[in-house]
Amino acid sequence: MRTYERAIVVGASSGLGRAIAARLAASGCRVAAVARRLERLESLASEAPPGRILALRHDVRRLDDVPEAFDAACRALEGLDLVVYSAGFMPPVGPTEFDTPKDRQIVEVNFLGAVAWLNLAADRFLQTRRGAIVGIGSVAGDRGRKGQPVYNASKAALHAYLEALRNRLHGKGVTVATFKPGPMRTEMTAHLRLSRAMDPDSAARIVLSKAHVSGEHYLCLSHRLVFAVLRNTPSWIFRRLPV
Amino acid sequence: MRPQLVRLSGFGMTTAADAWQVLPSSDEDVRQALRLAKAEGRRIVLRGAGRSYGDAAIRPEAVAVSFERMRRILSWDAERGILAVEAGGTVGDLWRFALPDGWWPPVVSGTMFPTVGGAIAMNIHGKNAFREGTLGEHLAWIDVMDSEGQVHRVRPEDPAFRAIVGGAGLVGIILRAAIRMKRVPSGDLRVLAVAARNWREQFEVFSRHENEADYLVSWVDCFARGSSAGRGLIHAAWYSEGGRSTLSLEHQELPDTILGLVPKSVVWRFLKALNRRSAMRALNGAKYRLGTWIGNGKMEHQSLVAFSFLLDYVPNWRWAYLPGGFIQYQSFVPKEAAPRVFESQVALQQRLGLEAFLGVLKRHRPDGFLLSHGVDGYSLALDFKVTPRNRERVWSMAHQMNELVLEAGGQFYLAKDSTLRPQDLRRWLGPRLQEWREWKRLFDPSGLLTSSLAERTGLIDP
Ligand SMILES: Cc1cc2nc3c(=O)[nH]c(=O)nc-3n(C[C@H](O)[C@H](O)[C@H](O)COP(=O)(O)OP(=O)(O)OC[C@H]3O[C@@H](n4cnc5c(N)ncnc54)[C@H](O)[C@@H]3O)c2cc1C
Ligand SMILES: NC(=O)c1ccc[n+]([C@@H]2O[C@H](COP(=O)([O-])OP(=O)(O)OC[C@H]3O[C@@H](n4cnc5c(N)ncnc54)[C@H](OP(=O)(O)O)[C@@H]3O)[C@@H](O)[C@H]2O)c1
Repeated sequence: MRTYERAIVVGASSGLGRAIAARLAASGCRVAAVARRLERLESLASEAPPGRILALRHDVRRLDDVPEAFDAACRALEGLDLVVYSAGFMPPVGPTEFDTPKDRQIVEVNFLGAVAWLNLAADRFLQTRRGAIVGIGSVAGDRGRKGQPVYNASKAALHAYLEALRNRLHGKGVTVATFKPGPMRTEMTAHLRLSRAMDPDSAARIVLSKAHVSGEHYLCLSHRLVFAVLRNTPSWIFRRLPV
Repeated sequence: MRPQLVRLSGFGMTTAADAWQVLPSSDEDVRQALRLAKAEGRRIVLRGAGRSYGDAAIRPEAVAVSFERMRRILSWDAERGILAVEAGGTVGDLWRFALPDGWWPPVVSGTMFPTVGGAIAMNIHGKNAFREGTLGEHLAWIDVMDSEGQVHRVRPEDPAFRAIVGGAGLVGIILRAAIRMKRVPSGDLRVLAVAARNWREQFEVFSRHENEADYLVSWVDCFARGSSAGRGLIHAAWYSEGGRSTLSLEHQELPDTILGLVPKSVVWRFLKALNRRSAMRALNGAKYRLGTWIGNGKMEHQSLVAFSFLLDYVPNWRWAYLPGGFIQYQSFVPKEAAPRVFESQVALQQRLGLEAFLGVLKRHRPDGFLLSHGVDGYSLALDFKVTPRNRERVWSMAHQMNELVLEAGGQFYLAKDSTLRPQDLRRWLGPRLQEWREWKRLFDPSGLLTSSLAERTGLIDP
């Protein structure tokens, strides 16, 4: 694994983001851990070697607050090598539910928040000509499924945005990696009965091993193969599949 | 003057930091940088040409004030040889301007890129340190801005002079300086090469010439052991009479190719391929043997530039040390203890298998600056390659070497330093540290000026 000295992890109070922050801190990196639940972040910090994790309370839906939070993190870390955007929101959605306020929150957390944080990271890294940007997407963004229309759409938007960033920053010393996890055992999926789900720490290990590799990454080979097929499956077949 | 986020590193490339760079063109611009830093709650790091080896001219997230746009020659008194120049003027600017009139900078570093501001802030020495001391001893005045934006003309007789010169850019901002140049009879030197078979011979040759040579420097093969330990090649040089034509810039410029063939710009790539212990051992050995066969004991003519700025022959030679970079460990030891201390240092790096790829020995004299590195003795500069694997061992070796230096009452040089710890700094400077800090408080009461070096070594409270 490449070692990083200074990282921001957005969505670090739970699940994948938490595991990524913990691993980074254990490897010697100083981490600004961002989320709403400060007490969670503080307990994460207390488990890491002293001084490694800096807890930063922030709600990603408050887009106007992002520049100040980003600046505070860079100052406290004394620089920046890596940004991981892992904040995500996937509330239960009924099969006939069309709830715009809820959908708006999904888009704000999964997409607009990512744009706000990663735009700043891209701008900074472009100036210093170095840095790694990581966005946590999802296999769910590969297709529009019945169950989670806006969650899927928000992830698809995130993938397209990250691809565009990657193309903008190509050859400028900055890498942009998109990760598309499949099901993971985290708070997000606690209400679902998942049979085969990855534990977040294993996922974090994979993410960090490829965090500096520009491109789209699935977390396991079987996902890569299955989703290569699914992405090319015609809609009239796809809508009949139990996925 | 919009600050631009840039990645800055020391010359040795072992540490780097992102900082908000501004490029002032005037005093008012510098004042604006002070205001900007205060308004944004950032601190300031001053930066010349970034030729300090370690972290003296970097500081993460600070406003980095760089002087490359303030490099005008302000006045030139060709009778008395006094040259007034802005802080960003380089050592190269100085000699190019004054040599045609028969003057040369009184003190130059081994490279011509350092700026006047950076050179005064570190109080540089040259290969004539045993005769001429440090640059600070050749200044008529300096203009210094305090952190409130006030400009003071500080002269050698002012007590603050001893704190600002050599003050590592932490006391005040040097804006301009007047340098007393050295009159030279020609643009050439007579250079005598002498091979020394071991440490004893090295110090013998230095003693023989230190009262009459104008320049003295020696290269040391840090791989040689046993009875050959300390072997190397000494160059002693004297100003020589010669035609006026030797004062011309054409006579001085370094060639663009090596041996008329290889373009210099690609040479670092060859060096990079050789930048390994085994190859460097062979190279050092070959250089020594070649020196004993060719030219040993002979006098040759060399231009001032060729002799002074040998390291500038190969552009970007430091890239040969990529990706990990390198540090230079230079210690200054009183003459009685120097043979013992340097012998132990070289033996130590051999025991650890961390031999320096380049070693340079020089003779010095004391001066009265508060953070001075001057001693009535010698300095040994050792270039150590740094890799992710050996980094910790190199640092711990340096700390062992510090012990030898401190026991002998020696000194260190902030321009080269990457490894000093607060405990080393306190022992080195003793009561000088408090005295210096009082000047710092007077000129920079808000503690605006800082650097990674200052915080790492505890020179200032972080
Ligand atoms: C190849 C090589 C050979 C060298 N040989 C020698 C040698 O023979 N003898 C020797 O003494 N040194 C030598 N040096 C070291 C070099 O001369 C010093 O590090 C010098 O300070 C570099 O000047 P700079 O302009 O690059 O300053 P920087 O490295 O950019 O800065 C040096 C210090 O000066 C401060 N500073 C910069 N500008 C100002 C200003 N305007 N006002 C106040 N403070 C300021 C900075 O904050 C910093 O602390 C050598 C370096 C190299 C790379
Ligand atoms: N779990 C899966 O099966 C799965 C599968 C594929 C992709 N993913 C994606 O992986 C990422 C991580 O998910 P996870 O499973 O680790 O989820 P999780 O355990 O629920 O964690 C989500 C994180 O996002 C943060 N967050 C949510 N809303 C936020 C807001 N408004 N402001 C700031 N932070 C906010 C949460 O912090 P606070 O609540 O404290 O603010 C928490 O730290 C998400 O992008 C998710 O979409 C998950």
